[in-house]
Amino acid sequence: MDPCPPPDPNQRGIGLSVRGLCKSYDGHPVLEDINFEVRPGELFVIMGPSGSGKTVLLKHLIGLEQPDAGQICVGGVPVGSPEMLDRHRVAMVFQSGALLNSLTVGENVGLYLSEHRLKPPEEIRRIVAEKLALVGLKDVEDKMPSELSGGMRKRAALARALVMDPQLILYDEPTSELDPLIAVTIGEEILRLNRRMGVTSVVVTHERELAFGIAHRMAILFQGRLLALGTPEEVRASPHPEVQRFLQAGFHFDSPSEANQGAPHHEKHP
Amino acid sequence: MFQDAGEVLMLLWRTFRALPCAWRQRRKVFEQLFEVGNASLLMACVLSLFIGGVLALQTGPVLAERGLSNFIGQVVGLSLCRELAPVMMAILVAGRVGSAWAAEIGSMTVYQEVDALRTMNIDPVRYLVLPRMIAIVVGLPVLVLFSVLVGWVGGAFIAYLNYQVGISFHAYFSSLRNGVDAWDVLHGMAKGAGFAVIIGIICCAQGLSTIGGPRGIGRTVTKAVVNSIAFILLLDYFFTRFLMLLD
Ligand SMILES: Nc1ncnc2c1ncn2[C@@H]1O[C@H](COP(=O)(O)OP(=O)(O)OP(=O)(O)O)[C@@H](O)[C@H]1O
Ligand SMILES: [Mg+2]
Repeated sequence: MDPCPPPDPNQRGIGLSVRGLCKSYDGHPVLEDINFEVRPGELFVIMGPSGSGKTVLLKHLIGLEQPDAGQICVGGVPVGSPEMLDRHRVAMVFQSGALLNSLTVGENVGLYLSEHRLKPPEEIRRIVAEKLALVGLKDVEDKMPSELSGGMRKRAALARALVMDPQLILYDEPTSELDPLIAVTIGEEILRLNRRMGVTSVVVTHERELAFGIAHRMAILFQGRLLALGTPEEVRASPHPEVQRFLQAGFHFDSPSEANQGAPHHEKHP
Repeated sequence: MFQDAGEVLMLLWRTFRALPCAWRQRRKVFEQLFEVGNASLLMACVLSLFIGGVLALQTGPVLAERGLSNFIGQVVGLSLCRELAPVMMAILVAGRVGSAWAAEIGSMTVYQEVDALRTMNIDPVRYLVLPRMIAIVVGLPVLVLFSVLVGWVGGAFIAYLNYQVGISFHAYFSSLRNGVDAWDVLHGMAKGAGFAVIIGIICCAQGLSTIGGPRGIGRTVTKAVVNSIAFILLLDYFFTRFLMLLD
């Protein structure tokens, strides 16, 4: 089979495939023999414990890291070849936002358009305001990234990705650091982009509710290996004990009355 | 060590290839040019005045003893514009501007801003390195010229004030005019441009290859400045030989 089939011209989103991806840092394996495929227009969720290599995997998908072995194709073009980012619009929302600290938020969000001269300045200002409003930010264009809270920075980074009008978006924990209300908005926005615009999305998240709610298919990464891959139902039914442990972990506190009995007794002063 | 050198040369080549895009980056070039000038102009002025002065102080009495005080303008003028001004200005710029660039690009690398640029299909070489290289290659020779002029004046003052020498401004500058021509000044400016390439490329390359957190940035800055100064002093000899061949 051709490792990099050409993209479907009727689809706006582009697919990607990963074959035999291995990566180690200083002899310490981080990713081992990863194989999966994301179809055009699909919403693919990757979950896994902290440190399992999710961010490293995403970086490989957009060509920020070179694999030790294996091949990755995005939209029929091998990742790492210079033409990949010329041919396709692929955006990544970094875990930390990664806004440019020397530019204002507005300049950050409009950077793709202004640097590639895609739109005149007034048009860029309009698009920037529109995308910022979409992620629930208002009147922040002239602030510096350091003046924003962590969650606001993350949303600005999302707006920056949206401005690219991407065919494939990689989200690295888009809802962490956000309050539940905003997290829901962002989750809905991810879903809307995927449903209405057909943008292929790869979402890394720890939020199980979000993951099982939006995913077409999902994968569980554990210590650099894919333990489960399939539709949410298939993954939920996975016999693997680690997967079950990960999916069922939850807070189990003693009820308040029991807890009080164990709590140190406070003496009352008259 | 050799890998580092290879990386630096590679970056130089990529910057060179990005040159056609320079006009698009003109706003950033001006910003950086302002930084080069703004960070160094006052320092350059004070330093040059004193360097010119100390040259006159050292050579003046020796020449006057031998009845050669007429040559003092020539000696100070030549050594300033061919050697001292380019080297001192290069070291000053390496310390003030190069270190700032290494820290800035280093922190952008560590905090994934450079990665973010790449994902937006913006070449970091074109966006970060090219404007800085142009700014320093234009800015440093101008700074050298400025330093030469101020240094001459400093020398003139000391030659006049020092009781062992005590020659007039007029005698000093006519001696200088006799011994120094425009080519000598150009020689110094050309050296300045060569040093500018070294400083710019070393500091940018160090910045882009930063790993680790704040400590990594600190290491980057130290390495960038130390390597720049070492290469300035080493290559000074070879630049001089090369420029003498052109004489
Ligand atoms: N540049 C690097 N050099 C060395 N080791 C690295 C590097 N990047 C990542 N690692 C290692 O790879 C492993 C996976 O890291 P990664 O950032 O992918 O985790 P993650 O799954 O995204 O975790 P989290 O959910 O906490 O973000 C970690 O053990 C980390 O130490
Ligand atoms: Mg991560």
